[in-house]
Formats: sequence, structure tokens, C-alpha cells
Amino acid sequence: MDAVKEFFHMGGYALYVWGSFGVTAALMVAEPLVLARQRKAMIRRLRRLIRLESEQSS
Amino acid sequence: MFSAFFTILRRDLLLAMRRRSDVFTTLFFFVIVVSLFPLGIGPELETLRLIAPGVFWVAALLASMLALEKLFLVDYQDGALEQMLLAPQPLSLLVLGKVAAHWLITGLPLVLLSPLLGLQYDLPGETIGVLLLTLLLGTPALSLIGAIGAALTLGLRGGGVLVSLLVLPLYIPVLIFGAGAVEAEASGLGGIGHLTLLGAIGLAALVAAPLATSAALRVSAE
Amino acid sequence: MSSRILNWFKFSSPASFYPLAGTIGRVSTLIAVALLAVGLYMSFFVAPTDYKQGEGYRIIFIHVPAAWMSMFIYVVMAFWAAMGLVFRTRLSFMMARALAPTGALMTFIALWTGAFWGKPMWGTWWVWDARLTSELILFFLYVGYIALQGAIPDVRRGDRAGAILLLVGVVNIPIIYFSVKWWNTLHQGASVSIREGSSMSAIMLETMLIMTFAFWAYAIAVAMARVRLIILERERETRWVAELPEVKL
Repeated sequence: MDAVKEFFHMGGYALYVWGSFGVTAALMVAEPLVLARQRKAMIRRLRRLIRLESEQSS
Repeated sequence: MFSAFFTILRRDLLLAMRRRSDVFTTLFFFVIVVSLFPLGIGPELETLRLIAPGVFWVAALLASMLALEKLFLVDYQDGALEQMLLAPQPLSLLVLGKVAAHWLITGLPLVLLSPLLGLQYDLPGETIGVLLLTLLLGTPALSLIGAIGAALTLGLRGGGVLVSLLVLPLYIPVLIFGAGAVEAEASGLGGIGHLTLLGAIGLAALVAAPLATSAALRVSAE
Repeated sequence: MSSRILNWFKFSSPASFYPLAGTIGRVSTLIAVALLAVGLYMSFFVAPTDYKQGEGYRIIFIHVPAAWMSMFIYVVMAFWAAMGLVFRTRLSFMMARALAPTGALMTFIALWTGAFWGKPMWGTWWVWDARLTSELILFFLYVGYIALQGAIPDVRRGDRAGAILLLVGVVNIPIIYFSVKWWNTLHQGASVSIREGSSMSAIMLETMLIMTFAFWAYAIAVAMARVRLIILERERETRWVAELPEVKL
């Protein structure tokens, strides 16, 4: 168990190592998620556009 | 061909003289900004002498940027810019004329005024001389590079702030060599290296900036 | 000869590039995830402890790749800007727009990890080192490009104005870096430098290269996803978008 604790301790640099790796990981996960959400919103918007057009033409 | 350059130059100077307040706003902005620092940092002459080159140069940067937004805006709104785009002469020459006018209105007065302000900072005579020289060499480059930003943000809402965001990073080499030259001279290291590089950047801007500005004008004014 | 050029240009039309971008995106996502897994494992368990900087130096395995990526992405954006202006292909401008946020993100990561590495090594969060300072200025260039794009409602003008700004910016990057280096060595001497300090053993270098390729694949995957988004946005009224499987009712 203490091997894991030792690992996270990072020889005393825990704050700095996990501070940088953590923020980098967070950002590199957040960006794709934001993009996925934007893509869903875009597709919903496109569908609404098509529905609008079909109503106007019919 | 150079007659076009001089006509634009004379025209812009004439226009500026009619709206004299614009000329003085930039000038007084420079004076006020330079005078603010001692109030903020304290009257010790030792520190003032140390920070003087940086303060003068940053103030010159901000002052030259202040007047950028209006550089093409008035012509854009009253259609004169369209005529310039259609003129047979190369557009970059006309741009050079406008930038030269902008420098004469905003850049040169700063240079002439800086010795007076130098006394505020208790700068010795030859440091003021070097400061004068660096400003003389550097401010044209500021106007030239700034014109690119002015052309890109022509007629945009909030264009003034946007110009500063686009142009300030490009001003940094001029700031470093300008302020650095004065400091190197003052500390006896000799600022000739800085001055030559400042001159080199100025010349490069003289050649390249009008091309970029005219390309940007064609894009913005279409 | 002409047929080959013709089909090369085929992909410059958004409609034919859209599916291609999808596949490239999926493939590079897989590569990115795999390389990141290997790279992270090596960063923590394979790379030895540095004799001077202890465990803290492991930050280099994300700091340097992010810094390289931030500069590389800006140059790639400038390339697409030049392509767009020369060939007038709208898709090139879309690629430049798609890369901008990721480039800014990489620059921010490089700055953040640089600060978090500087604190244990030199005792201050921010070190006016030539590279970190140029990285900060590069961040301003990214923000300037994104702000300019955001401020121009007309898409056509936004593309071309952004392209000109990128070309002006990419020409200035070496000048900025040189002047900052000159300014830095004058005021502080060249004592403080991020990498020269620790000699790079083979394993460390290998880990960093793997992480760099991982970041590279990540950037491609995200850029492809974003360019597809921009294509959908701009081609929203076209027939081919309406026929898309994911859009069709």
C-alpha cells in the first residue's frame, strides 16, 4: 500500500508534478468533451433547419 | 509616382491640422502617462532614473497605438479609401503616405517632447540624447506595424482594443531594443548593438509593413 | 499528370473532405490514446529519477511536447493561411480556424507546466527565461488571432484578415524570440535554462518523443473534429449536409 502512497508523494514534488499533469489531463479531456457537446448542438440545429424548410415548402 | 505619396502626406497633414485636438490628445496622453509613474513609484530620483527608458518606451508604444484606430477609419467611412484602392499608384505607396503622416502627427512630437520629460526623471544629458535617438529610430516602426493592425480591424466594433491586442506582441522587439539601447548606454555597456538592430527592424518594417497593410486594406474594405 | 492534380484538389471541397476528416480524426484519436498511455507509463515508471532534480523533472515530459506543439501548430496555421490566400480554398482557412484553440491550449499548458516546474527548481512561479517569455508572447499572438476572428462577422473577411495576421505573426516569431533571448541574456545572463541543466539520458529522450507524438496525434484528432464542426456550420444550407446520416431525420 505504501508503494502507492510513495508514488503519489513524487519525492516531495507531489504538488508540482500532479499540479501540471492534472491540469494538462483536465484540459486535454475537456477540449474533446466540449467539441462533442458542440457537435450535438450543431446537429440538433441542422435538424431544426431542415424541419423548418420542409414546413415552409409544404 | 512619388507625387502620389506627397499628395497623400500633405492631404493627411492638412486634415490633421484642421482637427488639431486629435494631435494634442496623443501628445498629452504621452505626457500624462509618463508623469503618472513617479506618482505611482515614488519620487526617489535613483529609481526614476532606472525605470525611465522603459516608462518612456511603453508610453510611446501606447500613445502611437491610441491614434491608430482613426488612421483609415475616416477615409473608410467617407469613401476616400475606396478611391485609394482603385488608384493606379501602388496601394502600399499610398499607405506609406498615410503612415508617414501618422508618424509626423503622433511619433515626431513625442520624440521632440521627450527631452523635456527626461528632466522630470533627472536623466543626464547624453542619456536623454540616446533616448531621443532611439525614439526617433523606433517610432516609425511603431506606426508602420500599427498600420497593419489598423487595416485589419477597420470598422469593427471595439476595434480600438482589438488593435492593441493584435499589435502589441509585434511591438515587443522594438520595445526591447529601444529601451535596451538607452539602458545599455546609461550603464556604459554601449547601446550601438541595440541601435543597429532597432534600425534594422525599422527598415524591415518600412519594406514589409505597407505590403501587409495594403493586403489587409483590400480584405477589409471590400 | 492533370488527373492526379485534379483529384488532389478534390479534397479541397468541404463536401468531399468532411468524411475524410472523420476517418483521420478517429484514427488519430486511437493513436493519441495509445501513445499517451505508453508515454505516461514511461514518464513515471521507466524514466529514472534525475540525479539533480529528483522526481520533479518528470514535468518535462509534458512541458516540452506542449511547447513544441504550440509553436508547430502556429506554423501549420500560417501554412494553411498561405494556402488559403494563394489557392483561395475556403477549406484551408477553416483548417487554420480549427487549429487556433488547440494551439492556444498547448501554449497555456506549456506556460502552466513551465511555472509549476520553475517553482521547485528556481523558487519562483514565473521565470523571465527567454523561452518562457517567447511562449507568453506566442500566447498573445494566438489570443489576437482568435479575437480578430471573433470580431469579424463576415466569414470571408474574417478568414482572409486572420490569414494575413497569421503570416505577419509567423514572420515576427523568430524576431521576437531573438530579441527576447538578447534581452534575457543581457539582464540575467544565460545561467537559467530549462533543459541544458539536466543531461538527457536515452530513455528520457525516448519518453519525451513518444509524448510529443501523442500530443501531435491529439492535436490532429481535435483539429479534425473542430474542422468538421466548422464545415457543418458553413455548409448548413447545402443539400449534402441535409443528406448526412447523422442529420437526416
